[in-house]
Amino acid sequence: MSAAPLLDVRGVTKRFGGLLANDDVSFTVSEGEIVSIIGPNGAGKSTLFNCVTGFSPPNAGHVLYGGRDITRLAADRICKLGIARTFQIVQVITDMTVLENVMTGAFLRSVRNGAAHEKAEEVLRFAGLHEKRDAAATSLTIEAKKRLEVSMALATQPRLLMLDESMAGLNPVELRGMIDLLRRVRANGVTLVIVEHVMEAVMELSDRVIVINSGKKIVEGPPKEVVMNPQVIQAYLGDRYRARG
Amino acid sequence: MGVRTFTKRQVSVSAAVLVLLALYPLAVRGSFPMHLMIMVFLFAMLGVSWNIMGGYAGMFSFGQAAFFGIGAYTSSFLLTAYHVNPWIGLLAGGVVAALAAALIGIPCSNLRGHYFAIASIAFAEIVRIHFNNWKLIGAAEGLTIPMQDESLRNFMFHSSKAPYYYIMLGFLILSLGVCSWVTTSRMGFYLRAIKEGHDVAKVLGIDVVRYRMAAIMISAFLTAMAGTFYAQYILYLDPESVLILPISVQIVLVAMLGGAGSVMGPVIGAAILLPISEVTRVKLGFKGSGLDMIIYGTLIMLISVYQPQGVWGFLQKIGRKKR
Repeated sequence: MSAAPLLDVRGVTKRFGGLLANDDVSFTVSEGEIVSIIGPNGAGKSTLFNCVTGFSPPNAGHVLYGGRDITRLAADRICKLGIARTFQIVQVITDMTVLENVMTGAFLRSVRNGAAHEKAEEVLRFAGLHEKRDAAATSLTIEAKKRLEVSMALATQPRLLMLDESMAGLNPVELRGMIDLLRRVRANGVTLVIVEHVMEAVMELSDRVIVINSGKKIVEGPPKEVVMNPQVIQAYLGDRYRARG
Repeated sequence: MGVRTFTKRQVSVSAAVLVLLALYPLAVRGSFPMHLMIMVFLFAMLGVSWNIMGGYAGMFSFGQAAFFGIGAYTSSFLLTAYHVNPWIGLLAGGVVAALAAALIGIPCSNLRGHYFAIASIAFAEIVRIHFNNWKLIGAAEGLTIPMQDESLRNFMFHSSKAPYYYIMLGFLILSLGVCSWVTTSRMGFYLRAIKEGHDVAKVLGIDVVRYRMAAIMISAFLTAMAGTFYAQYILYLDPESVLILPISVQIVLVAMLGGAGSVMGPVIGAAILLPISEVTRVKLGFKGSGLDMIIYGTLIMLISVYQPQGVWGFLQKIGRKKR
């Protein structure tokens, strides 16, 4: 018998007025996995993230984390339990330095300034941002800001890290760097769920890919199989490109 | 800097300023220079207290007069009605103001920016109108603090303003201590995250409502302490002298001009604004009423356009360039 999944999403449904953003979505994530969620724009990926992390609880369905129902918990409580996330539009604290931003995350598990400082330095070294620690967060490039956001999330010492488009807008060199960083995060025992459009990253990183279209999960499987799936091709490219035969 | 360490120069400058301030009452004659400095300290403390919620956490309160008045009224009412020692009244006022802050803080816990500011004005006006009609505490006629022997225990001095000066200086140092503790502790980081946005705060595991409430309550407690001081200093209070909107506005101006979100900013702000307001009031009397506001307005416009970080931010920039 295998252990209970780390994250168990069961029949999550989210409505915004007449719009069904998530329609009965279910999936599980096991400890140590990297799972990607892909789908066309507006498919409901970010909404699903918001449902799982408590930012916008679902209308129906359940989210279980380590066997515990967290569906109705507040976002900060969910973070304390060990689920960290980033946002599609980078969220950093603009009037702080890089170090202070990461310290703010580290304070979740360290009450004292000195301990938070130490933890933040460690995370910054890990994320390759240590040299920029005294720079203002606003002065960073997009790439460094994305690294900073990941560092802030890591400083809260999560078991599950959910990244919303951390690769978007990166050049090929930066992309390699980010893929490498996420590999090292996983090697440290953190489970990853990523929403991503950059297929190069999805193909390389993922153990499993979940495809969402119009709020519904349509396909799930290993990355190589998923990209060949006719339903997926149709979702992305439309009916004209439906595989024949 | 993540961890605050004081440089040698900072320590020696602060020590020198403290010695000068301690000697000031011995060096000046007449009551006006003493009164002026007491008002500077008083508003510096009010600005520092505002800063904890406004400057760090981004809760722009335009209703601090409510807490100031609640502090003044609590101690004065306890003293006139029950002969409670004003020092105990001071603590009671702080507690009552903090409770009032919690009461208003709960429904406002999700309000941000302008909406919080509007709610805070409404709250302060409700308190003012209520106090203006509340017979038990003298309604519009106010309360007169009964004369007592001059002593530290009675929090009352007749022959000199110097004791008031030193007490207020002590209060200011206390509030600066609280503020710098907040700044360097987890709470300060969390308040700054909350100021940035509730989402970025929540995603870092911050209980936004709890930390906002803590900031409002600490701010209210210190503001109420200043209120009790003011009552014991003026020895008379009515809603017009402690609960009106211009007091709330002046507190915000002191902090904004000096530098919101820095420990020393409001002190600089008070040192610039209070002399302007007190001197125009004394020199021009009623003819001058409003002139201080015109000068303030001009200063605030200049500051917000050219130096949004306040005078303190400007001084720091110069300091950095020199190094």
